[in-house]
Amino acid sequence: MDFDLTEEQRIIQKAAYDFAVREFLPLSKSHDREEKYPEGVWLKACEAGIGGVIIPKEYGGPGLGFMELALVSEQLCRVDLGLALAVQAGIFGSENIIFFGSENQKEHYLQRLASGKAMSAGAYTEPDAGSDVAGIRTSAVREGDEYIINGSKIFITHGLSCDWMVVLCVTNPSEQRRHMRQSMILVESNSKGVEVNKLTGKMGVRASETTEVSFSDVRVPCDHLVGEEGKGFYQLMHFFDATRTMVASQGIGLAQAALDQTIKYVHEKKIQGKPMAHHQEIQFQLAEMATKIQLSRTLTYKAAWQVDQGRTDPALNAMAKYFAGEMAVWVCGKALEIHAEFGPEALYDTHEVQKYYRDAKIIEIYEGTKEVEKITIARRLL
Amino acid sequence: MGVKLNSEQVDIMKAAREFAEKEFSEVMQEFDKDEVFDLGLLRKACELGFVGVSIDEAYEGIGYSYFEHCLITEEFAAVDPGIGLATLYPAVVAECIRIFGDGSQKKNLLPKIIAGEIVLALAITEPDSGFDIYSVSTTAALENDTWVINGDKAFVLGGDYADYICLLALTDPGNPSPENRHSFILVPKETQGVSWKRLEGKLGMRAATAAKLSFSNVKVSLSHCVGAPGNGISQARALQCRINTMVAAMGVGIARAALYEGANYSKRRHAFEMPICTFQGIQSKLIEMATLIRAARGLYYEAALSFNDSKIDYGFTAMAKRFSGKTALKCADEALQIHGGYGYFDEYRVQRLYRDAKVVDLWEGSKELERQDILKTILN
Repeated sequence: MDFDLTEEQRIIQKAAYDFAVREFLPLSKSHDREEKYPEGVWLKACEAGIGGVIIPKEYGGPGLGFMELALVSEQLCRVDLGLALAVQAGIFGSENIIFFGSENQKEHYLQRLASGKAMSAGAYTEPDAGSDVAGIRTSAVREGDEYIINGSKIFITHGLSCDWMVVLCVTNPSEQRRHMRQSMILVESNSKGVEVNKLTGKMGVRASETTEVSFSDVRVPCDHLVGEEGKGFYQLMHFFDATRTMVASQGIGLAQAALDQTIKYVHEKKIQGKPMAHHQEIQFQLAEMATKIQLSRTLTYKAAWQVDQGRTDPALNAMAKYFAGEMAVWVCGKALEIHAEFGPEALYDTHEVQKYYRDAKIIEIYEGTKEVEKITIARRLL
Repeated sequence: MGVKLNSEQVDIMKAAREFAEKEFSEVMQEFDKDEVFDLGLLRKACELGFVGVSIDEAYEGIGYSYFEHCLITEEFAAVDPGIGLATLYPAVVAECIRIFGDGSQKKNLLPKIIAGEIVLALAITEPDSGFDIYSVSTTAALENDTWVINGDKAFVLGGDYADYICLLALTDPGNPSPENRHSFILVPKETQGVSWKRLEGKLGMRAATAAKLSFSNVKVSLSHCVGAPGNGISQARALQCRINTMVAAMGVGIARAALYEGANYSKRRHAFEMPICTFQGIQSKLIEMATLIRAARGLYYEAALSFNDSKIDYGFTAMAKRFSGKTALKCADEALQIHGGYGYFDEYRVQRLYRDAKVVDLWEGSKELERQDILKTILN
């Protein structure tokens, strides 16, 4: 069993980190304070080869797997989670085209994403339906060779910046089985009847563009169906199963950054004349933090590797994601606590670790709350 | 043996709750977002008698005890912790004058503090010393009958609008014992040589604004010493355990607010065709929160009541603060989680409570000294 990364993996890992240091650091503070989206970063990321990592080579993409995506994800999030999402969520929604799309759709849409000249969004969540995906109500009614879409979505990343969104809609309302009523339909952003508003007031990942979207008699051609009618829910579950490992890596990167900052801090500061690094309580806490990060990383790498082997284990991915989220919140909380052993300065946003704490919490919530992950795991255990 | 509140205490809590709900609710999101406070609120709280309830009638106070101050603190914090802290912190600084001040200081300052005519701020922490009070290096040198003060203070709550600064200074650096090198000195903020700058970007409790202060050859008369010269450290420790107890009360207020929000949301929000409070996963969270709150309240009540006797257990007040802080954190976290994505936005109180809880857990006080106090309680 070879636990080492390949040379290619090490190269892309470094490329991602260097990119983040170069492009994110100058923007970090201002974009967090002002809740500002970083224009142009997506294009730069694609040009640097770390944009749509899993877009196949035949469509102009890097053609890499979920393991490489996890590596890139971790490195970007080591520097700034909010800004990393501008890159990580660049092809959001369009993974469904890769998995389930027609050849026409792949050719038409994936090339544009790979070049960085276009960006997409995934519109699943609604004001009244989050964890209960099958409870969505946005409808797509077939009329001739068009779908007419009505409804609203919320917490949609890149709703304003995207060129299209893959929208989960109810197409078969009279179907008995709740999970077989939905389909995925691609909607170009400039379609008549699409209205998008930015949501503000987020606690963290403030550089990430979060929106609400409403569809008012939006007409799209039937060939915009992605995959099969009535299979939308299952397609979406497959999408989440795969991308969970990327989200887990976000937590690992963030936690690693918090640990690194804390180690630096305890070397610099003294309490009652004794360097903080010499305090056993602090040493023990750092040891626990490092152990949990390592656990999370090993679990996530295994899960991502299995996806690439064609043996996706939804429960394993759920474990990876839920553990990483909880771990990241805990580690970032501890990091702030250790800083505050010295004094209150780290509670101010002059210290990165304050932002890490605010950022971390979202990982326990988006892309599947940790409660839903536990349901996924338990189902397969029992 | 639980603590049963008497009817007067119940009335105080009810009045505090009503005041906070009436005055804080409309402004709390804005104050948090913009990191501002309105002194008018403090004055209103003073007019209604909420600030400085432990001050005796001789100084125009109500003459209750620190316990009632903590009860009010819990009620205010249960509506908005930041605004609660900003309105009630002056009462804690007043304790410094009440306990250690001389007759003339008490007569001149306490009635005005209670009335909301003047605001005092406590300046202990320094940029380079953190929470370590023994390393406080702002100096006050005695020249004839005048203290000459030089140094910097940071994270002074209310330092931006205070009229007087009660600061811990190094007055006797040559003293062989580190316990006897510091003193508290009261400085009117408009004294020449005092400059200040508001601090911005705090994680939580943002309405409780803070400032950094610089003192450059600031001269005040000898009589401005609060308490005996050289007594600064023990006075700071005594104040600290009162602050700890107040913080413990805040933590319970935050936790209570979190439970309230979490429970209510779980009744309203539907998923899988039923209210989410139906799910055991959510129920477990609420049960744990309620249990922790009961325990934390027991600890802080006992700690707050101990100020009525003269034997105060520093270790115990530190325990109450630590436990309450962890309780607030746990409850705010679970309450936010119950709200899902909505809980991440500041329109929802739980987002603010999440940040406020972390600040309450970490603000005010050296963990190292707390640790030592608790160990003394256990090992002696």
